[in-house]
Amino acid sequence: MIDVLSPALTWVAVGAAVWALVLVLADRPLPVDRPDGKAYLGLLALIEVGLLAQAVLGFIKLATADHDVPALSYGGYLLGSLLILPVALYWSLAERTRWGTAVLVVGALVIPVMIVRLGQVWAHG
Amino acid sequence: MAEPSSPAPPDAVPSNPTRSGPGRLLIAVYAIFALAACARSASQISTHFQRAPLAYLLSAFAAAVYVVATVCLARGTKTSRRVAVVSCAVELAGVLLIGTASLVAPSAFPDATVWSVFGMGYGFVPLILPVLGLLWIRRTAR
Repeated sequence: MIDVLSPALTWVAVGAAVWALVLVLADRPLPVDRPDGKAYLGLLALIEVGLLAQAVLGFIKLATADHDVPALSYGGYLLGSLLILPVALYWSLAERTRWGTAVLVVGALVIPVMIVRLGQVWAHG
Repeated sequence: MAEPSSPAPPDAVPSNPTRSGPGRLLIAVYAIFALAACARSASQISTHFQRAPLAYLLSAFAAAVYVVATVCLARGTKTSRRVAVVSCAVELAGVLLIGTASLVAPSAFPDATVWSVFGMGYGFVPLILPVLGLLWIRRTAR
């Protein structure tokens, strides 16, 4: 199941990054009190829930691994990915300018990178 | 990540220029590198330190420098800006020295650090980041 979830999360996170990038290019802050802004926050929440599910499934996968997997790195990526979006959102909302929104672009792009690393750690250690 | 909500220290610049505008993005990228470098060196040192002690100690050093730079840029006080200049300079020197050394004497680096081959494993961002940091501190100076 994690093998479906992780690629899906990758693409949803890239979508969230593109959305934020459009706001940056249009020089508009995230409209948190408008429906589209709320939809964006909902999308981030959805990704976070997905990452939580990925962490649970990942630890089950780790516990039942048929080969040697560096548990610390693998677990570190699973748990570390949970920190990114909440911290990025907090840091971003403190300044409602295009630069604040740019933080969301970077934050959302870190998720796919961490998921790719997760796959690499599983395959090659 | 620093605590932006903590009460401002006495020597705080009122508008805190280092963490507003482009600085906000710069600090975010610094924070990501602080996290990445800390996690990497913690896992290297705790699981197989004997494999490459020099590379792993350098990884830990790089991680510490990133943390200091992130916190100091985010605080943006007169003192912390000075510390940030030093840590960015150390970072730039580190990435240039380790980058060169990892090409000249690859046998000394059996495993990668953040700064190996000028940060190639991280899209050369470790090479660009200290330059942007120094430029940003200079730009926001009065």
